[in-house]
Amino acid sequence: MWDRNQMAARAAEELEDGWYVNLGIGIPTLVANYVGDKDITLQSENGMLGMGPFPFEGEEDPDLINAGKQTITEMDRTAYFDSAQSFGMIRGGKIAAAILGAMEVDEKGDLANWMIPGKLVKGMGGAMDLVAGVGRVIVVMDHTNKHGDSKLLKECTLPLTGKGVVDRIITNLGVLDVVEGGLKIVECADGVSEDDLRAATEATII
Amino acid sequence: MKKIYPNAAAALDGLLHDGMFIAAGGFGLCGIPELLLSAIKDAGTKDLTFASNNAGVDDFGIGILLQTRQVKKMISSYVGENAEFMRQYLSGELELEFNPQGTLAERMRSGGCGIPGFYTKTGVGTVIADGKEHKDFPTGADGAMETYIMENGIFADLAIVKAWKADETGNLMFRKTARNFNPPAAMCGKTCVVEVEEIVPTGSLDPDSIHLPGIYVHRIIQGDHEKRIEQRTVREKA
Repeated sequence: MWDRNQMAARAAEELEDGWYVNLGIGIPTLVANYVGDKDITLQSENGMLGMGPFPFEGEEDPDLINAGKQTITEMDRTAYFDSAQSFGMIRGGKIAAAILGAMEVDEKGDLANWMIPGKLVKGMGGAMDLVAGVGRVIVVMDHTNKHGDSKLLKECTLPLTGKGVVDRIITNLGVLDVVEGGLKIVECADGVSEDDLRAATEATII
Repeated sequence: MKKIYPNAAAALDGLLHDGMFIAAGGFGLCGIPELLLSAIKDAGTKDLTFASNNAGVDDFGIGILLQTRQVKKMISSYVGENAEFMRQYLSGELELEFNPQGTLAERMRSGGCGIPGFYTKTGVGTVIADGKEHKDFPTGADGAMETYIMENGIFADLAIVKAWKADETGNLMFRKTARNFNPPAAMCGKTCVVEVEEIVPTGSLDPDSIHLPGIYVHRIIQGDHEKRIEQRTVREKA
């Protein structure tokens, strides 16, 4: 089994030199720690390319935040723009990949990560635009929920963020691709067998 | 025509009426028109519809207008930071229209550009697409058809935005990620009122560095801004 940092490290392997990438909140944020020598430019969808790390204490700037509303810093390469242009580059396919968390993914690549009816009503933010627009959608999440049920389903039960949008899923148990007819195992996490992975997955594995 | 006004109340004089539609700039608490929102609270204008990415927090930003029940409807992409908002929404006192963030930004931009509708892939196959016109375009690989939905441009009665600097003719510069929704919001208002940290003499801004030309700006005020930080995150010095 992989822990959070191992999942993030595995997700970082998905990124190619020169890519412009959007990272979601949670484990996806950790991916930035594992890109190594690759030249990756991070986008923050409120209106920034070239997102730097958190500031040192005392150097926080209220005019400089990321999409999670956290204080951040700029880099030599940083460019700022308004939110219409920011989502123009997302919708226009200029962002090579988005790595984001999910509540549910199904075997057709449908993704649910924004709403639990009657419980959680916060809004989708930029998630629907990202999954509809970027080149590659990579989901990083735990394989099962806190009750031990599979989060990789035959069909999502929660309201969708996007239909048929997910390309690859990285969980604590392994890596799976969305392909014609279901999910395909790409890799098993350390100490996890293919049988373990199948047993923990509701979705069809081909 | 003189665009500079002495304060927020004076700049909004004659522009406010109950039931009006206001587009507001800002993302979270970053780059929000805090002085103009405060003046709208003081004016007591009611039944407002706001197009704004977020709804502020309980005691700052649009949140202060929720406390006084001045807001009838929000058009937003994310409202998770506001307990009073949740309470009013779940009890049916407040209408809420969720827009994907990029759709909201483009609705403002296109409204300001005289474009009443546009097609987008965002939200196809989700509840956002319910009841909207669907149309296929040959934008896929090798001309494969892909489905889009139509979204409407926003035409607001009033835009309220925050910029960093303005010259006396209303040419604007923004600072870092405080730009966010401010230019598209400014563009989609019949009238646009801007609050800035500094009004500088016309001619002192580099014409090549203007982020939004003064043609979109009708009234300007200068004032002190609290600029509250929503989530202070720092790293340790090595």
